[in-house]
Amino acid sequence: MLRLPTLFRLFAFAVLVAFLIQPQWFEPLLRPLVQENAPAIYNQGSLLQLTLLHLRTVAIATACATVVALALAILVTRRSGAEFLPLSRSLVNIGQTFPPVAVLALAVPIFGFGEKPTLIALFLYGLLPIFENALTGLTTLPPSIMEAARGTGMTGRQRLMKIELPLAMPVILAGIRLSVVISLATATIGSTVAARTLGEVIIAGLQSNNLAFVVQGGLIVAVLAVLIHDALQAAERSLGSRMGR
Amino acid sequence: MIEIEGITKRYGETTVVRDVSLTIAPRTVTVIVGTSGSGKTTLLRMINRLVEPTSGTIKLDGEDNRSLPDYELRRRIGYAIQGHGLFPHRTVAQNIATVPTLLGWDGARIEAKVTELLTLFQLDPVAFGPRYPHELSGGQQQRVGVARALAAEPKVLLMDEPFGALDPIIRAKAQDDLLAIQKHFETTIVLVTHDMEEAFHLADRIAVMDKGEVVQYATPAEMLVKPATAFVESLIGAGERPFRLLAIETVADAVEPGAAEGEAIASAATQREALSTLLWTGRKALPVIGPDGALIGKVSLDGLVQRAAGPT
Ligand SMILES: Nc1ncnc2c1ncn2[C@@H]1O[C@H](COP(=O)(O)OP(=O)(O)O)[C@@H](O)[C@H]1O
Ligand SMILES: [Mg+2]
Repeated sequence: MLRLPTLFRLFAFAVLVAFLIQPQWFEPLLRPLVQENAPAIYNQGSLLQLTLLHLRTVAIATACATVVALALAILVTRRSGAEFLPLSRSLVNIGQTFPPVAVLALAVPIFGFGEKPTLIALFLYGLLPIFENALTGLTTLPPSIMEAARGTGMTGRQRLMKIELPLAMPVILAGIRLSVVISLATATIGSTVAARTLGEVIIAGLQSNNLAFVVQGGLIVAVLAVLIHDALQAAERSLGSRMGR
Repeated sequence: MIEIEGITKRYGETTVVRDVSLTIAPRTVTVIVGTSGSGKTTLLRMINRLVEPTSGTIKLDGEDNRSLPDYELRRRIGYAIQGHGLFPHRTVAQNIATVPTLLGWDGARIEAKVTELLTLFQLDPVAFGPRYPHELSGGQQQRVGVARALAAEPKVLLMDEPFGALDPIIRAKAQDDLLAIQKHFETTIVLVTHDMEEAFHLADRIAVMDKGEVVQYATPAEMLVKPATAFVESLIGAGERPFRLLAIETVADAVEPGAAEGEAIASAATQREALSTLLWTGRKALPVIGPDGALIGKVSLDGLVQRAAGPT
């Protein structure tokens, strides 16, 4: 039996897919938001293609942020890397506090317009939640379990791969989830420097004073964020419940 | 055989274990007792090098325990701790298989070992093997913890307050099971506890630690009759001495010729159990039966009273 919230999410997903493939079906709903002769459905490109490009940008940026943040967290939680903990904390914090718009502005002169500056901004912005969560997950493992792992004769690498990472995984996933959701929304500003994201739709709406464009661009991003958030959360829960948490 | 020679451990200025030397005979149970903070855990963990000593050596069967990498040493030594330390993301079978897997045993051998150990610990392999630790009771988790420590057939098993988290009834059963398993595998066990009752129940020899030093290392009987220091005496508990003395000997050693009325007691029972039955039933003597059920004599109240008396 599917529970009501699950049904609701499946429905939202179906509507989203329908809208991306056949946006003109929804024209009557958006029509009241625009003036007589203006288009109610985005007409300067394919919504489906923009959505896929948007997702791709977020996926690449998050994957890179995950690899770097996780590697950093592993490094500074080893005995040999402990002295780098404060330094890496402040570096990652800077990444988070530096506004993505400023990163874009600085990156464009170096990398030119397009996807690259956006990827860099999202990458830097997404590091902190993953790093902090991985750090929490790796440093709050129950001492008796870590002791048992050493006592059974696991090497440092074996403890990391077989015990520490699997046990910290739900917390690490929560960090990735946070990062993905933030990136999904932040990616829209990439279109100010000509990255192909759903921000294009919103910007087009703002430029031509078309409220329907702004609404559909914003809604697609919002629904994507909610669905991806919930899917990742479900994955964390099923991992966590197996361990009796 | 474990030879601990002049072992000292210092953390900064404080000496946690001071110049300890002990020789532990193979296939025996040695219990380390002492108040909390006296250095028991530290001493135990130096045997499998979870703690590196400041000075001194520890030899296992004549071989310095630093002659091989620490992780290889630990795979050869069983280690069970309070609160069991089971890996929550692995099933019971996977937990038990930990060390054999690290040693690269083949699948069939590992599976056979897991089945053997679960059966030995009275856990149905089919029902319990695939479960996760949080699906077991405290007593079951503790048994799996010991089973994991024994999986690679270590000659030495180190245990740090392994029964500390169990309630009294399950604890007593766990202690009896441990003794049976120790006989079965002929393991050398070094066990840390702060429970004197447990120490006297399990030990072939007891090492008493006080402020980092071993103040007495002796058999339970020697320790009762001749406590080395006032600390050892207070640890034993002056009021408990006659009962502890009776508790470490069996009825078989107190059998007298003759007959007695009423229900018989087994010769394998402790003399304390015999005394308890005598007092409770108001009798002067109990018939004693041997392991085969045949009558072999009696055990008397007067006889036990004499045996419980300390040296004068
Ligand atoms: N890693 C450590 N660093 C500093 N002091 C320690 C460390 N481990 C143990 N100690 C100290 O050593 C003393 C003995 O500890 P322990 O061996 O655990 O005692 P026990 O097991 O008898 O209770 C305690 O006072 C404890 O605080
Ligand atoms: Mg201790």
